[in-house]
Amino acid sequence: MVEPQANHSARLTRALRESAFTAAIAFGLFLPLIGFNTVQNIRNELILETRWPLLASLVAIIAAARFAQVLVISPWYERRRLAAPKQVAKTREHSLAGNLSAGVILAFAIIYPAIALWTAGFQGAAKWIDNFGVQILIYVMLGWGLNIVVGLAGLLDLGYVAFYAVGAYSYALLATSYGLSFWVLLPIAGALAALWGILLGFPVLRLRGDYLAIVTLAFGEIIRLVLINWVPVTNGYAGIANIPRPTFFGIPFNASESGFAARLGLEFSPIYRIIFLYYLILALACITGAITVRLRKLPLGRAWEALREDEIACRSLGMNTTNTKLTAFAMGGMFAGFAGSFFAARQGFVSPESFTFMESAVVVAIVVLGGMGSLLGVAIAAVLMIGGTEIMRELDFLKAVFGSDFDPTQYRMLLFGLGMVLIMIWKPRGLIATREPSILLHRDMRTVRSGTHAAAGLLQDRA
Amino acid sequence: MNNAATAADPAESPMLLRVDHLTMRFGGLLAVSDLTFAARRRTITALIGPNGAGKTTVFNCITGFYKPSEGRIALQCGNADVWQELDALTERGSRSLVRSDGSLFLLERMPDYEVNQKARIARTFQNIRLFPGMTVLENLLVAQHNLLMRASGFTVLGAVGVPSYARAQERALDRARYWLDEIGLIERADHPAAELAYGAQRRLEIARAMCTEPVLLCLDEPAAGLNPRESAELGEFLQRIRDQEKTSILLIEHDMAMVMEISDHIIVLDHGQKIADGPPASIRNDPNVIAAYLGVEQEEVPEAEMMVS
Repeated sequence: MVEPQANHSARLTRALRESAFTAAIAFGLFLPLIGFNTVQNIRNELILETRWPLLASLVAIIAAARFAQVLVISPWYERRRLAAPKQVAKTREHSLAGNLSAGVILAFAIIYPAIALWTAGFQGAAKWIDNFGVQILIYVMLGWGLNIVVGLAGLLDLGYVAFYAVGAYSYALLATSYGLSFWVLLPIAGALAALWGILLGFPVLRLRGDYLAIVTLAFGEIIRLVLINWVPVTNGYAGIANIPRPTFFGIPFNASESGFAARLGLEFSPIYRIIFLYYLILALACITGAITVRLRKLPLGRAWEALREDEIACRSLGMNTTNTKLTAFAMGGMFAGFAGSFFAARQGFVSPESFTFMESAVVVAIVVLGGMGSLLGVAIAAVLMIGGTEIMRELDFLKAVFGSDFDPTQYRMLLFGLGMVLIMIWKPRGLIATREPSILLHRDMRTVRSGTHAAAGLLQDRA
Repeated sequence: MNNAATAADPAESPMLLRVDHLTMRFGGLLAVSDLTFAARRRTITALIGPNGAGKTTVFNCITGFYKPSEGRIALQCGNADVWQELDALTERGSRSLVRSDGSLFLLERMPDYEVNQKARIARTFQNIRLFPGMTVLENLLVAQHNLLMRASGFTVLGAVGVPSYARAQERALDRARYWLDEIGLIERADHPAAELAYGAQRRLEIARAMCTEPVLLCLDEPAAGLNPRESAELGEFLQRIRDQEKTSILLIEHDMAMVMEISDHIIVLDHGQKIADGPPASIRNDPNVIAAYLGVEQEEVPEAEMMVS
């Protein structure tokens, strides 16, 4: 669909005009708000400061956004609406776009620490890698784990944090009492969390929907209360401190002679450990994602999805739904257990306060927001929700707007709520709602639909 | 066996399913009362009756979704001689008798999924129960779940991609392709099941049930909502299943033209009780049946009979 040249230049003129108009309005609005600032000097006098660069950059951003909207986004949107692609063609194109963006995101995740080091330096990068990178990836992993239970098997689990807690405390207790290493305890913590998943699964198998949600919610609380009250083992509210940190295959990240930095002849810096942790959680998250992708194409994954669609039909086809549900709980629990033991190893300290219902709610929100069953959607939602929370700590310029005691993080829940409402209005089935079939019969969709994207043929049936 | 061996079946083929004194109560409601009938190998047996007669309840009891209050439901595979073991098996309290030459299953003792998995009874539902978000092909593969699970070494071997699993999946795809051809949906294989037209969804549900390779296929009103042409095609399709697939069919249906056309044997239920049992020709003229369908009181049966003649 090529637009005529005249149409294009007319649109360009319109875009320029509208962006100039928007810039003028923005300038008028922001001149008093941003352009001038009052500060107290040392003699308690109020002086007026001007902030022309900030004002100019804001106006430029707004003008550019309007320009892009008129010239690029709205024509694209109109074209998309007019084209009204057939359902199958859309799925194909979607999978193409999905694969591309998944690759781009993974590549970005791999070089992210380098970017952070380059832009923020050795001291500044720690915050960006740890608070943003590691924190987001923990939630990506939790989201992908819960995605198996909620997104694929359709079992609404509001107590997912329980498995996370089991994993974290398994590592914390076994590492502090028996001195076992992280690499030994990682699978053990996963196995224990999976076992808890099965134990939870048995009593609640008969429940569905709301009832299941309430029971799992209660289970999450039970675990937390046990952690608080079983003082001889868990040390109650005080938690467990001095948990051994993971080592680089036996080489500790410390300032000693045999430490990681010393051995490589580098100057000691905590950043090495942070970068190591970043790649560790990235690898764990990738394993979670890869296993999920693989399982979806196997009979077990299809059984989970069938269970979500219609449990009675599943039973009429000879499927043991009990076992199928238990495997979903166990698998989801196992990934939360991995994430939990990573969490304990990273913090070096665990206490029941890290495992409140709020955590479960955030993970469920990530899965629902991302689109049930979509790995890419869940990852994007985790970046938005966790990254968004973290970025609010960085928005110091808002203090300039709203006064110095304004703390953006206080508005976190408000923004969460607003975000959820908007998503429910615009994308009621999550950011990525289209489901990719686990297997295709027709490798070449041209036999089915003529309007299929040509490149799509390359992506058919990787099963 | 006298009580179970029902009235003359012209084919006199061996008995496949035997329902003895089946009773189902829901609290105070007696949905099925002392029902005894049999379905024979390679036949189409229809279960008809007015709305609320208890037909679907009988289906749910046979397929394990309900546990009957009283009665026995037995299914036999292979050598018909195993029927002699039925009473001994019932006494013993076990669920099934599996021999190399023939097996016997007591369905009322089995959980619902085992009725399909072990006794090989497949069913469809009155209100279609497909997996709407999954593609047509995936629907047919879920039906082969147990087979594929075993082939994939309960996921472990499949995850590492052993060749035997790839072959099993290819066979499963072949079976799916075969049934997609049969129901004329091969072109639509990669579309979500929910996008299909109503009639196609009905056909897909039958094909999905057939993918479990059943010995008995229970169809709950397969022609409901179909137009006359589709109904006629469905009738031919069911006869093809009976003749080519060695699968017997138990059918609940309100479309009398179709029932009379394709059934070998008909059982009529009213208020949970069997009021007639026989080949289509005799059912057509049975005064009790006509009375039940026309809603005439029992005393007025002779009049109804007169109306017919």
